[in-house]
Amino acid sequence: MTPLAAPTTTILVTIDEKTYSADPGETILDVCKREGINIPTLCFLEGVSTVGACRLCLIEIEGTRKLLPACATVVAPFQKVKTNSDRLKKNRRMTLELLFSERNHICSVCVANYNCRLQDLAHEVGMDHVRFPYLFPDCNVDGTNKIYNIDHNRCIMCTKCVRTCDEVEGAHTWDVRGRGFESRIIADFDEAWGTSPTCTLCGKCVSVCPTGALWHKQSVQNNMKKSPEMVSELTAKRGRKG
Amino acid sequence: MSKKKLATVWLGGCSGCHMSLLDIDERLLELLKLVDIVKSPIVDTKEFPGVDVALVEGAITSDEHLHEIHNIRKKTKILVAFGDCAVTANVPSLRNPIPMKDVLSRAYIEAESVDKGQIPCDDAILKLLPRVMPLHEAVKVDVFIPGCPPSADLIFYVLSELVNGRIPVLDKERLRYG
Ligand code: SF4
Ligand code: SF4
Ligand code: FES
Repeated sequence: MTPLAAPTTTILVTIDEKTYSADPGETILDVCKREGINIPTLCFLEGVSTVGACRLCLIEIEGTRKLLPACATVVAPFQKVKTNSDRLKKNRRMTLELLFSERNHICSVCVANYNCRLQDLAHEVGMDHVRFPYLFPDCNVDGTNKIYNIDHNRCIMCTKCVRTCDEVEGAHTWDVRGRGFESRIIADFDEAWGTSPTCTLCGKCVSVCPTGALWHKQSVQNNMKKSPEMVSELTAKRGRKG
Repeated sequence: MSKKKLATVWLGGCSGCHMSLLDIDERLLELLKLVDIVKSPIVDTKEFPGVDVALVEGAITSDEHLHEIHNIRKKTKILVAFGDCAVTANVPSLRNPIPMKDVLSRAYIEAESVDKGQIPCDDAILKLLPRVMPLHEAVKVDVFIPGCPPSADLIFYVLSELVNGRIPVLDKERLRYG
């Protein structure tokens, strides 16, 4: 990205009744992160492009009926933002319940158990059960790659892997096929990962995946650790931010 | 104050939640001053009696479980989904995406330990449901305790709240799937 002209003005925004100054072009999520205001996110990853896909980070802006994603909404002068209203709390829980009902999340036998962003958020919002019927889709596990596995049962379609593989590694092995409930992450033209001519085996996708969908073959139940900050640090060192 | 009546039930689970219940150790004695365990895998009662609280471990996997949970619901004031199988269907639900005939054939015909097996079909035997489900898909559930299994401390907390007439709240410090 070419550097923008130096910001000339500072913008004042009110978040949860307190006023903060922000630079033009910053997102509400940027400001909240800096000021230590917790907004749950799943698809946002510092250093790659923003897609606003998971809808976990929704916030309320006074004067707008729609809820807007904090990661993809730019600050405007005198905006009044709410990050934790009852409406938002209800919404977050519902979004998480839908994510859980859409694939097969069997935490007790998952490599990501205890190290999972999705699971952490379920705890954080007090999701003591899922009110929607579980759909139990028939999902593959592709174990053809010699170092890693992809388990579509645990994928939440956040596309962090897709964006990281394309924008950071430059390989663009991953992409998405299908729509809605049927959408799946695919390697190349929907082929086995193991024979992909584009995959460099760098493992960045595995590091950024927030769930137990992408994992190192050496991991067993409960012992997988992920390091999405590795990709953010790498892109920061290359002088790029989203 | 008269003692509360407690039942613990074992449906489609591995009994791990019951093991964790026993892990509350000597605190069980404290609880027993306030409750009578009137029905449980460790108590020899045939019919399910009316109870104040029922802890139900396990998912609903068969017509028998379905019948049982409806009966329990009728006779229980506070029904607790006890552990991940009861709350999410957990490991028993791994079979849900697989066609039933493949599941049965894997277990009764193809399994390495089986010699000339056949799929049991006697009418006296329970029938597996096409889809394993968590308790709240069949009946109203009042309290959910996830965990595989829930820790002994969590079970003790939940029971202490319930026997003292309070509904336990599982906030982020206490919620724990897996
Ligand atoms: S990916 Fe996370 S939420 Fe899903 S089963 Fe694994 S630990 Fe549980
Ligand atoms: S595999 Fe992981 S990183 Fe990729 S879309 Fe699924 S959950 Fe997100
Ligand atoms: S983090 Fe903002 S929509 Fe996913």
